[in-house]
Amino acid sequence: MKFIYKTWWKVLAVVLVFYTLISGLLFQVPRLDILHETIRNLYFHVPMWMAMLTALVISVFYSVLYLRTGKEEHDLAAVECVNTGMIFYCLGLITGMLWAKYTWGEFWSGDPKQNSAAIAFLLYCAYLVLRNSIDEEQTRAKISAIYNIFAFPIMIVLLFVLPRMTDSLHPGGSGGNPGFNKYDLDSHMRMVLYPAFLGWSLLSLWIATIRYRIRLIEHKKNAIN
Amino acid sequence: MKLAGQTIELLKKEIILEWRSKYAFNGILLYIVSTVFVCYISFNLNPGFKQSTGYSIVWNILFWIIMLFASVNAIAKSFLQESKARLLYYYTIAHPQAIILSKTIYNTLLMSLLSVLALLVYLLFFPNKVDDILYYFITVLLGAMSFSTVFTMISAIASKAGNNGTLMAILSFPVVIPVILLLVKVSKAAMDGIDRSLSLNNIGILFAINVIVIASSLILFPFLWRD
Repeated sequence: MKFIYKTWWKVLAVVLVFYTLISGLLFQVPRLDILHETIRNLYFHVPMWMAMLTALVISVFYSVLYLRTGKEEHDLAAVECVNTGMIFYCLGLITGMLWAKYTWGEFWSGDPKQNSAAIAFLLYCAYLVLRNSIDEEQTRAKISAIYNIFAFPIMIVLLFVLPRMTDSLHPGGSGGNPGFNKYDLDSHMRMVLYPAFLGWSLLSLWIATIRYRIRLIEHKKNAIN
Repeated sequence: MKLAGQTIELLKKEIILEWRSKYAFNGILLYIVSTVFVCYISFNLNPGFKQSTGYSIVWNILFWIIMLFASVNAIAKSFLQESKARLLYYYTIAHPQAIILSKTIYNTLLMSLLSVLALLVYLLFFPNKVDDILYYFITVLLGAMSFSTVFTMISAIASKAGNNGTLMAILSFPVVIPVILLLVKVSKAAMDGIDRSLSLNNIGILFAINVIVIASSLILFPFLWRD
């Protein structure tokens, strides 16, 4: 846990996010039908999901660790990672919906990936409700850790497997978005997209660590010595 | 092999207990029959429904919705009905994985039987032309298995968290939605008599989801039962 108190990766996060903001808006992008300039949203929409995934993976990692060790801090880390993941989840949904409005015509067009994302949202809402339903701290930590681990593979299936099996407006589906495809991603875009993944993931990690540290202080304050 | 032996013993015990009281079986069967009857009466208020174009789609989806709620109710009982003392006794004599495995297999058997009966009752009230009836039955059995694996684990979690039905529903529905989507797709294909090989892909995913759920139940349940 020493890592979270280091400064260098936070600086890196800020630098990368600013880099993607500037280069994402100024760099050359391929001109494609339907998408036109909105293709720049790729730099902002997809990294949100990456950031969410990072937070949720770390959350599962801490849930596993909690079940192995039973240390309360691990439970706090897990829940704060889920909370942060939910923030980026909402941002990913909002950026996606705005993009969809300008390219597909509707905020919500019933695309399989959109629907799957909505279900995955319910999954993690259920996790938070489950936490609220149990009063006893250790039982709560244990059961929510179990549900978190149980929900994670389902979330992966929902977001990354099922939409690819059906006709989807998102790239990667068998229908495919006209004029936008994985193969159109040229090297210029990669130069912005991959740093954006890293930058936003680190940012989500940073937010999660701050929330976790606040929780830890509260936890220590409430402890009976 | 100890695990297999214990699982079989526990499974026998579940079946014998159910055979003596026949409570879960009769209860859920009655639940299904009354739901189907309520649907039948409600839909019959609108004359011409059976001739309408959307009938076969509604027919298929309605069946799965009925099965969904029936299985939530049937399987929620699997851990909720056990008293705390009896659970404690099981844990002293058997491996936790044997317990969850036996419950899952028992629920699968129960739900398979109930689903087939439900389909027969449903076909009685809502006659429909199913082109590939054998494939439809197979889909229904697959559905019963998938519901059982998911709901058994969720009911174990819900029973630890205060035994309420609301929790069972909100925890399980997001997990079960992908299963339902696949089932509706496969069964619609069976209904329309589409070539079987085209659905194999979806059935594969369904099996994969089942494997994931069973594997995670086996890994997680030993942590769950300990108090």
